[in-house]
Amino acid sequence: MKYLLVEDNIELARAICSRMSLDGHLVDHAALISEAVDYANAGEYDLILLDIMLPDGDGRSFLKQHRAGKNNTPVIVLTARSQVSDRISMLDLGADDYVTKPFDHAELQARCRAVLRRNAGSAQSSIQMGNVEFDPVGGHLTVKGNVINLRNRELRLLEVLMNARGQVFSKHKLVDRLFSYDDDVSENAVEVYIGRLRKHLDGSDVQIKTLRGLGYRLDHDA
Amino acid sequence: MSKSKPCADLAIGLIMTRDVTVSRSLRNRLAMILTGGAAVLAIVLFFVVRGYAAQIAQQGQDNILSASAASILDSAVLRDGQVELDFPYAALSMLSTDADDRVFYAIYEDGALLSGYAGLDIPNPFRSLTYDGATVRVATASRTLIGANVPRRVSVSVAQTQDALSGTLNRISTNVAVFGAGFFALATALSFWATSTTIGQLRRLTTSVTRRGPQDLSPFTKPVPTEMAPLVGSLNNLMSRLDQSLKQSEDFIAEAAHRVRTPLATVRSYAEATFQRVENPENRDALRSMMRAIDESSRAAGQLLDHAMVTFRAENLERSDVDLNDLLRDLVQRMTPIADMRDVDLILDATAPAHLHGDPILLQNALRNLLDNALKYAPADSRIMVRVQTIPSLSVDVSDEGRGFRLGEIDMLADRFVRGSDSGGQIGSGLGLTIAKDVAAAHGGRLILTNTPRGGACATLQF
Repeated sequence: MKYLLVEDNIELARAICSRMSLDGHLVDHAALISEAVDYANAGEYDLILLDIMLPDGDGRSFLKQHRAGKNNTPVIVLTARSQVSDRISMLDLGADDYVTKPFDHAELQARCRAVLRRNAGSAQSSIQMGNVEFDPVGGHLTVKGNVINLRNRELRLLEVLMNARGQVFSKHKLVDRLFSYDDDVSENAVEVYIGRLRKHLDGSDVQIKTLRGLGYRLDHDA
Repeated sequence: MSKSKPCADLAIGLIMTRDVTVSRSLRNRLAMILTGGAAVLAIVLFFVVRGYAAQIAQQGQDNILSASAASILDSAVLRDGQVELDFPYAALSMLSTDADDRVFYAIYEDGALLSGYAGLDIPNPFRSLTYDGATVRVATASRTLIGANVPRRVSVSVAQTQDALSGTLNRISTNVAVFGAGFFALATALSFWATSTTIGQLRRLTTSVTRRGPQDLSPFTKPVPTEMAPLVGSLNNLMSRLDQSLKQSEDFIAEAAHRVRTPLATVRSYAEATFQRVENPENRDALRSMMRAIDESSRAAGQLLDHAMVTFRAENLERSDVDLNDLLRDLVQRMTPIADMRDVDLILDATAPAHLHGDPILLQNALRNLLDNALKYAPADSRIMVRVQTIPSLSVDVSDEGRGFRLGEIDMLADRFVRGSDSGGQIGSGLGLTIAKDVAAAHGGRLILTNTPRGGACATLQF
């Protein structure tokens, strides 16, 4: 997925970008509205993350302009204001969703996914691997023509594994990616989801290998 | 929801007189002055007209009496030095009245009673006196007869009781009194009409001030009477200043939130990114506490602002027709990504028509807090049910499959800053249920906390 991040706080922008690319997304960063307009005109983005208070204007005016220009790219607003009336006016202006700062990256990811799913149709980006087709936006897996709907954690686990094929992930790493820091889970919880995914992938030429003492890896039997 | 209308009117009444030192009513004062004036005018009118009528009636009687006296005097002649007087019949018949007034006469010759009733002689031409137990009017005429040797002065007094006259006067008085009373009644009615039209202008202004929502601080543009223009002018002035200071404080809050929350977001993002890389359990615990603290402070700040907003709006609801089903659908859609993160299914059962005359912002806030709570305490891979019911009354209940409320605490949980003793590591401010309770109360409903038969928590907003 290709994201445009409009945020004037460079540090925060850098943190968001690095986290997004960890999840396998491309992120362009604009620190000003004028830059954001140029970026938006030049490239096709799947999603725009928009801060509201920017040095050269109000993000809401960008939003209005963006919508007036019949641009359908979904927008998620990053706002520091938490009051209900502000949130409502944001949605009225054509934002697809909003996240209140400071935010949990897992929540931001979940919101991005939900917004992309709602706007799906324009950009289908399935990942093909052997005889398995994985649609991370729609959240389903096609194994030899059979469509399987994935639960959210199964989906995220598969996404992590698919985005870095052949790479070994320790249980501990997977816990961090799958659960919030606040979820009280043991590393064994990962085994449950690995088990479920293996069942879904049964009969395909893609499998999750266990490397004793190291972790898991997604392999494709060529 | 017409049931809530009298309540609203009562509230307007309360707002109008609360905290206001009241002196006497303007309307009563005006009405009093106008009707008092009308009463004085009516009484003066009565006496003036009656007095004038009495004077005219008296003049009529006096004319007849003096004519009668003159005609008697006319017949007086001097014959052989003796005064002779032929009493003309007409002199008395002209005095007959409907009321059978009695007539007295006296004829004097040089001051000595020649004939008639004694005690009627008077020097001036007309006089009223009491004679024979009745008030009589006396007219006197005199004439000097020139005889052979000495002139003789003959005077004639004719008196008449005043029964017919007072009868006439009574009739006139009654008529004048009726007229005066009519005048008074009409003037009173007019004064009430005048005061209520005048006060009506004020009342219309009051109503349009009271009907405004808490956010509406725009100036009055409707035309007002000249006398009220200064008042409305200062009111507009006050409101524009209030609007300005509200905008300033809103801008300030926005700016402050931006300044505080953006660096917090940066810190949190870095902490999270580091958390992904660090292996050392001690460092991980430190980062975890850091993120918790940030989440807690941001959540508490948001909840406190929301709670302040709810308290402010609850006093003056901005009501409109709210479709609870639509509102819940939006909320559920918005919360679904969070639920998905933990594989929790958020199920909305909103099939019954659920319209409510209420404040949409407050209702949304209350329901969001209930959903927030359910999401926090629902175990992974479980279900949260949101159900709209219309029987016995309109209610929304949110139930999860978690551990439920602790029975001993259930009554205190909705109090401010009270958190369940088993809330464990969950982040919270203890304001969520308070907000829901306050919003329910502001809409004449209540918040009911129970446990489901399967042990989960169930929060119901009942209207």
